[in-house]
Amino acid sequence: MDLSSLTVAAARTAIAERSLAPVPLVEAFYEKIASDDPKIGAYLTLCKERALGKARQIQTLADRGDALPPLAGVPIAVKDVMVMQGIQATAGSKILKGFISPYDCTAVKRLEDAGAIVLGKTNCDEFAMGSSNENSGYFPVHNPRDLSRVPGGSSGGSAAAVAANMAVAALGSDTGGSIRQPAAFCGVVGLLPTYGRVSRYGLIAFASSLDHIGPITKTVKDAAILLRHIAGRDRADSTSADVPVPDYEVEIGKPVKGLKLGVPKEYFGEGLEGETRSAVEGAIQTMSKLGCEIVPISLPHTEYAIPTYYVIATAEASSNLARFDGVRYGYRSPRARTLAEMYRRSRDEGFGAEVKRRIMLGTYVLSAGYYDAYYLKAQRVRTLLTRDFEEAFCKVDAIVTPTAPTPAFKLGEKVDDPVAMYLADIYTVTADLVGVPGISVPCGNSRTGLPIGVQILGRHFDEATLLRLAHAYEHERTAV
Amino acid sequence: MKVTEKDVLYVADLANLELTAEEQQRMVKDLNSILDHIDRLNQLDTTDVPPMAQTSDRFGIDPAKQGAARFAYAMRDDKTGPCLDRATVMKNAPDSDGAFFKVPKVIER
Repeated sequence: MDLSSLTVAAARTAIAERSLAPVPLVEAFYEKIASDDPKIGAYLTLCKERALGKARQIQTLADRGDALPPLAGVPIAVKDVMVMQGIQATAGSKILKGFISPYDCTAVKRLEDAGAIVLGKTNCDEFAMGSSNENSGYFPVHNPRDLSRVPGGSSGGSAAAVAANMAVAALGSDTGGSIRQPAAFCGVVGLLPTYGRVSRYGLIAFASSLDHIGPITKTVKDAAILLRHIAGRDRADSTSADVPVPDYEVEIGKPVKGLKLGVPKEYFGEGLEGETRSAVEGAIQTMSKLGCEIVPISLPHTEYAIPTYYVIATAEASSNLARFDGVRYGYRSPRARTLAEMYRRSRDEGFGAEVKRRIMLGTYVLSAGYYDAYYLKAQRVRTLLTRDFEEAFCKVDAIVTPTAPTPAFKLGEKVDDPVAMYLADIYTVTADLVGVPGISVPCGNSRTGLPIGVQILGRHFDEATLLRLAHAYEHERTAV
Repeated sequence: MKVTEKDVLYVADLANLELTAEEQQRMVKDLNSILDHIDRLNQLDTTDVPPMAQTSDRFGIDPAKQGAARFAYAMRDDKTGPCLDRATVMKNAPDSDGAFFKVPKVIER
């Protein structure tokens, strides 16, 4: 069975037409995972029983001639920061090894209710903190396009699984770029929805005002399909917005001629690697040929996005990770003789280095005497960044930038320099801070065959325009 | 801003992390390096710029209302309902008697 040609759209059609059967399809994916994943490391947990059980249910419906749910039999992967009832959820951390979730993440449940089959939970940077998937508490993920390189992070496992055809599509999470950057590094599509577009219920929290769930897919159409199913108000998440969900599948077919695209000069300065620059500029030219008007713009506070992000995200993380204390779930240090020792040792022994670094930084910037200078200051800069985008969107409908400053770097290259690693997020963090949606689509390869991604950012709740433009571009690029 | 070992110990205490000696040293270096980068935020004049805690207070809200009333859609009646199954939840506990979580002695004499 050729799994590489399967998209969500193709798989659901084939199963609905009975030209593909759900159980053999799931088995084929598990065979692929068994043969290819040992060298990639995309999966932490496989849910074979559950997946085959659901596949059999779909088969029964199909055999009876019943109508099938819209994503019936489509095999997907879920980043291990999203919980599933009865399945291990580790968030890529040893502190949650063996934790079995008592409830379901809304976004995952919506896909399962639509008939999709979860093959397993994918590897990620611990608590979604990282840009290379080297911070996983278990083992790093290798980029399927070059095994000596990182897949990006923190949704490295999800991106690698899709790129290596070990899942048709996947869910990832994005707090500072963790869907878009690994999608760019692995040569697949990654969509960051508007904050509040998709419920965060069941997403193990890193930074609550910045976390997003979104799809990682092979095509833009697949991203539109998955978004349609996961988006929408959820009573269990009070930050999920009460905004109607358009039919994204219909929206992506609409014409792009006349759309105004902003190209911000701050995203094309030094630090942007040569081949990436060429590939992205090529993409912009293609979009121009499609009838879009290219408008030079400025997002003047861009250089302050990384420091703003690392104050706000770490502050929120220090608060969210306080719950891992060895009391109710997760790792408890065997050496603790008092309650205080239990808290302190369980956390120090259970968390990895990057997580501890961020908890420390977050605690520091919130502590008495520093709160105004750091946290409040960063929140004010967040407003300035938002104003940059509001002003830009008065002139343009979408903004086009590179997704990352370079293609995938080598494993081990940046682990010793936290600031260098943080600077890899330079083009992605602002969208999370401002809450706008963004998509990364492949736009070419480096001379050595490493994927390069182009990012398109849109207005709040205007995923329709993003997807429309990305779809038109993808169609034009792959038609050549 | 220079972070010292004393600061690291104080913050680790607040964060309930028992850092090893090696971790403490590394942390002084890393925190200073990161804070050096963060200091550039002081280049910006943010007088009269309101702080922004989250992005979601403008979408889907009722603009005719003020304050918390704008978020009526996010509210529910204050009625209790079923929660997680206790037995399932307690299975994840490192130590329990089935009803309570057991921890080392809380009050020391």
